[in-house]
Amino acid sequence: MKKIDTPLTQEIVETLHAGDLVLVNGYVYTARDAAHKRLVELIKDDLPLPFDINGQIIYYVGPTPPPPGKVIGSAGPTTSSRMDGYTPLLLSLGLKGMIGKGQRSEEVRNAIKKYKAIYFLATGGAGALLSHHIVSVEEIAFSDLGPESIKKLLLKDFPVVVAMDCYGKDIFK
Amino acid sequence: MKKITRQKIIETVKKLYMDAAVYLQEDVLMVLTNAYEKELGLAKELLRQIIENQKIAASEKLPLCQDTGIAVIFVEWGTEVIYEDGQPVEAFNEGVRQAVKEGYLRASVVDDPVFERKNTKDNTPCIIHFELTKGDKVKITLAPKGAGSENMSALRMLKPAEGLNGVKAFVIETVRKAGGNPCPPIIVGVGIGGSFEKSAILAKKAILRKVGEPSKHPQYAQLERELVKEINELGIGSMGVGGNITALAVHIEYYPCHIASLPVAVNIQCHSARHMEAEI
Repeated sequence: MKKIDTPLTQEIVETLHAGDLVLVNGYVYTARDAAHKRLVELIKDDLPLPFDINGQIIYYVGPTPPPPGKVIGSAGPTTSSRMDGYTPLLLSLGLKGMIGKGQRSEEVRNAIKKYKAIYFLATGGAGALLSHHIVSVEEIAFSDLGPESIKKLLLKDFPVVVAMDCYGKDIFK
Repeated sequence: MKKITRQKIIETVKKLYMDAAVYLQEDVLMVLTNAYEKELGLAKELLRQIIENQKIAASEKLPLCQDTGIAVIFVEWGTEVIYEDGQPVEAFNEGVRQAVKEGYLRASVVDDPVFERKNTKDNTPCIIHFELTKGDKVKITLAPKGAGSENMSALRMLKPAEGLNGVKAFVIETVRKAGGNPCPPIIVGVGIGGSFEKSAILAKKAILRKVGEPSKHPQYAQLERELVKEINELGIGSMGVGGNITALAVHIEYYPCHIASLPVAVNIQCHSARHMEAEI
C-alpha cells in the first residue's frame, strides 16, 4: 500500500494508478455542494478563496458533529458527481486531488488528465472507520453552512483507492 | 382503548433514531459478511472496511455513516389508541429533534427545496406515513434514509403491454445508471402496481423487509431471484470498483392497479441499511 503526503505535486500524482490502494497523510479541505457553489462565485467575482487550493485535496464530506472526546463524528465521502460542474474550474486553478465516491463526468475525467490531478474513492458508508484517520479539524470558512462548511482536516493514513489517474484511466469504466 | 402520550412517542422515536444511526441489524450484517467471504480483489477490501466500520460504530456509538438521513417513519396506528396531546406529528418531529441533538446526528434537511435551501438545523421535519390498523398499539418503524442511494431511485409508469420484461429492464437500467453512487452493495426495493405514489411507498416498504427474505408470492419471489442474478452480472461491485456482488437482495412489493397502468418504482438502499422498529 502506498503512502502519500499532501500537498500533492505532479511527481506524486504521476506515481499513482487507477486501482491503487493509497494512505493519505497531511491536510485536506472539506467542501461539498453549497461550499463549491460559493467557491465558484468567489472565483467569478475575482475575490480570494478561503484557502490556497494550489496542490491541495478537497474531500467531499459533511461529517456528523463530534461527540464529547472526539475531534469529528462520522466522516465518510459523499457522492462526487454532484460537484462535477464545479470541478474543472477548480482543477484549472491548481487543485490537485479530490476524495469522494462514485463515478464522475467525462469533463471531469478529461480535466483530471489535462491538469495532472487525481480522484480518490473512499469507502462510502464507512464514516466511523474513516473518522479514526482524521486527527484534527479546524473550520475555516462558511460556518453558516453547518455540516457543509469548509474545514481543514489533518489526515493520518486515510485509506483511499485511486479511481481516476492523471493518465485518463478510470476505475469505473 | 389505550392512551398514548406525547412523551412516550418522543422517547420511542428518539431511541429508534439514535439506535438506527449506530447499529446495523443482524440480517444486514449477515449478508454483508457472506458478500465479503465470496468477493475478491479491491471490492473485498472495501467490504472489509464496511464490516469493520460497523464494529467501530457500535462500540463507540458513532453513526455508521455521516449521512444520518432524513428520518422516514412508518406508523401503524391502532384504532383503539387515544391521543390527547395535540397533533401526533409534532411529537414525532420532537423525537427526531432530540435524537439529532443527543445522538450527535447530522442536520441534513433544508427548509425549501428550490429557493432558500436553508438548513433547519435539527433535521426536521421527518417524513411520516400513517396507516390505521386494528388494536390498541402503535407500531413505529424508523429508517434514516441517506441521499446517496435515494437520489439514484426512479419511478416509471410502464404500459401494461411492457409486462414482465419491461419491469425487469427498468429495474436493471436504474441500477446500472446508479453505478457506484448509491454505495453498493445495495438492497433494491421495487414497488409494482397501485398508482404513481403507491408504487413509491411500496418500494420504500420493500427495503424494510428482512434482507433476503423472499416475496410470499412464488412468481414475485422468482422475479426477485432473477433480478439479483442479472444485477450482479452487471459487475458494478462494492462502491463501483467492479465485483461479483452489487445487490445483496431485491425485494418486491406489489398491489392491484388500473387496467391501463403498470407503475414501477425502484428505491435503492445503500449497504448501510438502517432501520429500527418498536411497538408502544
